[in-house]
Formats: sequence, C-alpha cells, structure tokens
Amino acid sequence: MKKKNMAEKLKRQLPLHLMLLPGVIFTFLFAYIPLYGIIIAFEDYNPLMGFSSPWVGLKHFRYVFGLPGFVNTIRNTLYIAVCKMAGGIVVPVTFALLLNEVANKTYKRGLQTLIYLPNFLSWVIVAGLLLDILSADGIVNTVLGFAGIEPIFFLGDKTWFPIVMILSDIWKGFGFGTVVYLAALTGIDPTLYEAAKVDGAKRWKQTLYITLPGIAPTVILMSVLSLGNVLNAGFDQIYNLYSPLVYETGDIIDTFVYRLGIEQAQYSPAAAVGIFKSGVSFVLIVLAYYLADKLADYHIF
Amino acid sequence: MKKSMGQKIFLAFNYAFLSLAGLLCLLPFINLLAVSLSSSSAVAAGSVSFVPKEFTLSSYQFVLHSSKFITAFFISLKRVLLGVGLNMILMICTAYPLSKGKKQLFAKPVYTWYFVITMLIGGGLIPTYLVIVKLRLIDTIWSLVLPGALPVYNMIILMNFFKSTPEELEEAAQIDGAGVWTTLWKVVLPISKPGLATVALFCIVSHWNSWFDGLIYMNNPRHYPLQSYLQTLVINPEQMLRISGGDYTKILAMVNARTGRAAQLFLGALPILMVYPFLQKYFSGGLLMGSVKG
Repeated sequence: MKKKNMAEKLKRQLPLHLMLLPGVIFTFLFAYIPLYGIIIAFEDYNPLMGFSSPWVGLKHFRYVFGLPGFVNTIRNTLYIAVCKMAGGIVVPVTFALLLNEVANKTYKRGLQTLIYLPNFLSWVIVAGLLLDILSADGIVNTVLGFAGIEPIFFLGDKTWFPIVMILSDIWKGFGFGTVVYLAALTGIDPTLYEAAKVDGAKRWKQTLYITLPGIAPTVILMSVLSLGNVLNAGFDQIYNLYSPLVYETGDIIDTFVYRLGIEQAQYSPAAAVGIFKSGVSFVLIVLAYYLADKLADYHIF
Repeated sequence: MKKSMGQKIFLAFNYAFLSLAGLLCLLPFINLLAVSLSSSSAVAAGSVSFVPKEFTLSSYQFVLHSSKFITAFFISLKRVLLGVGLNMILMICTAYPLSKGKKQLFAKPVYTWYFVITMLIGGGLIPTYLVIVKLRLIDTIWSLVLPGALPVYNMIILMNFFKSTPEELEEAAQIDGAGVWTTLWKVVLPISKPGLATVALFCIVSHWNSWFDGLIYMNNPRHYPLQSYLQTLVINPEQMLRISGGDYTKILAMVNARTGRAAQLFLGALPILMVYPFLQKYFSGGLLMGSVKG
C-alpha cells in the first residue's frame, strides 16, 4: 500500500521534474562543464585534447606569479575595489539620510529618478560619456580652464586614473543604494519619532538614536554582501577606459586575465589566475552569506 | 510646528546639496546630447557646454547612414527578443517547481543547491570561452543567448514571487482536474504578472547592455551586437569615419569623431531611457521581493 502511494506521488510529481529538466541541462552545459574546465590550469592546454590535456601540476601558477606586473595587479585590484566598496556604502547612506529630511514628495521622487538612471546604462555608454567629458577639449577641462587650471589628462595619468575609476563607479551606482536605504528608512516605526519628540529630543538626536540604528541592519547586510567583490575592481569599467599608460596603477586581475587568455591565447596560465581569483572570492562569498545570516538574519532562498 | 533658525539653514543647505548632486547626474548626459547636436567645428573649439552650438542633425544623419550601426542595432534587437524569450521560459520552468514545498517536490534541496552553487562559483572566463568554442557557437547569435539562458538570481526573485501567491487558487484548480501545466499557465502566471514584468525588465536591460560576450564570441565584427560595436567605437572613435566616401562627404564635413560618437552613444542609451519609467516602477519592488524569506 505504501509503495503504491509512493509511486503515485512520484507520478503526480513527474511534470514538475520534467519542467526542471531544461534548466538543469543548460546549467550543466554552461556552468558545470566550465567549472570542471578550470582543471586546465593544472594542464598544458591543447585544443585537440580539450580538458584532458597533459597534467603539469602547479607549473602555470608559478609562471603567473612570477610574471612582472601580476602582483601589482592584485594590489591595484584590492585598492580600487575596497575604495569602491567603502564609497558605495558611505555615499548612498548619506544621500538617503539627507533625502529623508526632504518633505516635498515630488522633489524627492524626481531626484531619485535622476540619480538612479546611470545605474541602468552599460559601462560602454558610461565609458564613452566619461571619455568625452574628460577629454582635453571636454567640458570638465573647459570648466577647469576658467579657473586657470591647465588641462588634466585624467585617463592617461597614473595618479588620476584610479581616482576617476573610484569616483565614476560611485557616481554610476549610488542611486541604487540610495533607493535601497530609503526603503529601509520608510520601514522605521514612526511612533518612535513621536515618542522621542515627547521626550524633547531634537532632530539631530532623533537621527542619531532612531534613524541610524533603524537602518543599521540594512547597512550591515549590504556591506557584508559586497564582501564577495573584494577582487572585482570592475572589469567592464576599467577595460573600456584604461591604456598601457596607466597599467601601473590601473591594471587589475580581470584585465590581466583577459590579455593573457583571450589576446595571447595562453589559456592555461589565464585559467590559473582565474582559479586564484574565484577561490578567494568563493571563500569571501561564503563568509559573507554566513555573516549576513548571523548579523542580519538574511537568507537568499 | 515652527522651525528653528538652525533647521531652516540645514534645509536650505540640504536642498542645495541634493539639487547639485542631481545636476551632477544629469549634466553629463545633456553635455553629450549637446555635443551630438553641434557642428564638428564648434565641438573642436571646445565651446559646447549644455546647449548645442551651430545646431545640426548631421551626426544623426551620419549614424543612420552607417550600415554598421544599423546592422548592430538589429542584432541587438534580435538578441533581446530571443534571449529574453528563452530567459522567461527557463526561469518560469525552474522557479515554479522550486517554489513548491519539500513534500510536493522530491529532492528539492538538491535542485536548489544545484542552481545556487553556480552563483557562488564558476569556471571563469577562459573555460567558459573554451566550452563555447567546443560547442561551435562562435560567430552565431546562440553564443549570446544560450550561456546565460537561466539567470539564477532573477529565477530566485521569481521563485519568491511564486511562493507568495495564494496556494488555495492552485489547489482549487487541481481539484477541478487541471494538471500541473494547466495550473501554471491558467492560474499561476496570470496572477504573477508583476513578478514576471520585473524579471523580464531585468533580462531586457541585461541583454541590451551586454557587450563583452559579443566582443569575444564574435570573430567577425559584422556580427557584433550594438553595445559591442559601441565598445570598439569608444576605444577607437576615428575608425568610424573610415567609410568609403561617396555621398557622405557633405555630411562628413559637419561630423567629427566626437560628435559622431556622442550621437551613437545617445542612440545606444535610448532604449534604456524608454523602458526606464517601467524599470523604476518595478525595480525597488523586485529588489525587496528577492529578500523575502522562503
């Protein structure tokens, strides 16, 4: 009787499993086979033999870490990524707090619409925009010219390049964070503010003791979730804006892998860098989700 | 309530600061638009700010005469239609079973982890590229739509949406003799329209904005989607002027690399600007949906 029940249950479930089949196949082909393919980092890749090329152990790792400039790309990556992460939290939180003080609803919504827009444009478009406004005869240098400042070659100067990357990334993304934090601010119980007013607390004290603790969980959550990006300095942005002039301060792991793997077709060494990067990222992401669960009680599913 | 002096000063400062930030987001685009509508000589003189100088539509005429831009535009359109269609089918077919309870779907945690793991770790650029080569997808539109056919993050958003729909409706349909597919098609999908719209918009934006896959999977630049084509233009603006002359010479007199590039960037962003109002409506909602606990 029980067996029959089981068989019947499975039969009823069958359509659900069939439904899952295409997704399972696609994921296997385009996620799991490439995942297995990282094995070429330990092999001398040969196009005819594919993923079962001759095993060479850590040869490519030694080669890559010995390449001039590679360790430098790790330093650049960390510097740019960490600055972006920090700015990507501080700026939107500040904006959300300031915007929250605005009583005029139309103004509030209009401004959100405005600052949120760059987020949806591709880095190709934004890079083109930056190239134009930062060029020698572009608007930024024209304005600087009025102040008597000599034109600055922002994208060809190795001091300016990382700064431009960090600022433009914050510019492109801060609207998104602001919307998230504003949503968190509207979730704060309004009776708390009324109680504080009765107790005679000024606006500033209210911000300090109600608003900030109120959005702290969201801030913690967003910070923790960005932890996995410590080695993502933004390939889309940097690849479209960098040049050999700024490799010293602007070359990052991802652009390095691209040049090594796609341009020079050194598949195995490039895959070795890839493993190093995904290994570190994986540990950080798992740590991030663990922390998000502990600190903010957040689960993705 | 009367406002104190300090509060008034703060508010004035606040409005000024926020408006300035808003302008900082808007002005670069206005500058780009002004450049695209100005003559090449005015742009070269560096006198164009936020109003076009020596107004001309030459740059746009030039772009619309450029077969490269038009071809790339239609490849992008095809990619969005094909890609988003495939995204939707796969996301629905995956999210719906996963939104069921453990009792209704045997081995549910196995399935869930199978998909979620791919968000945490992947093969990276090189092995993925080699798989695409091995599957002979290079230089076909399939290399742009098949690898990302199931966007797992969006699928989870949709799954959470399905979970929040009332179970009773489905049960009622099943009692009336509807099978799983009929229930999904006739009951679940119609009440999930906001969720479907959210993920569809995400997928449209992501397909329209992708440029890197086109760049590496297409050997022939004639197969580039628009954003990949624009990317080559951003890196090397002079190349677009190298078109065999003919009847363009008159237009070309008014266009230079900068005005031509500005016009093409603007046209490349236009579809996003057009769906932006809808995006805004759904985006923050979708964002919160993703964090709804199961």
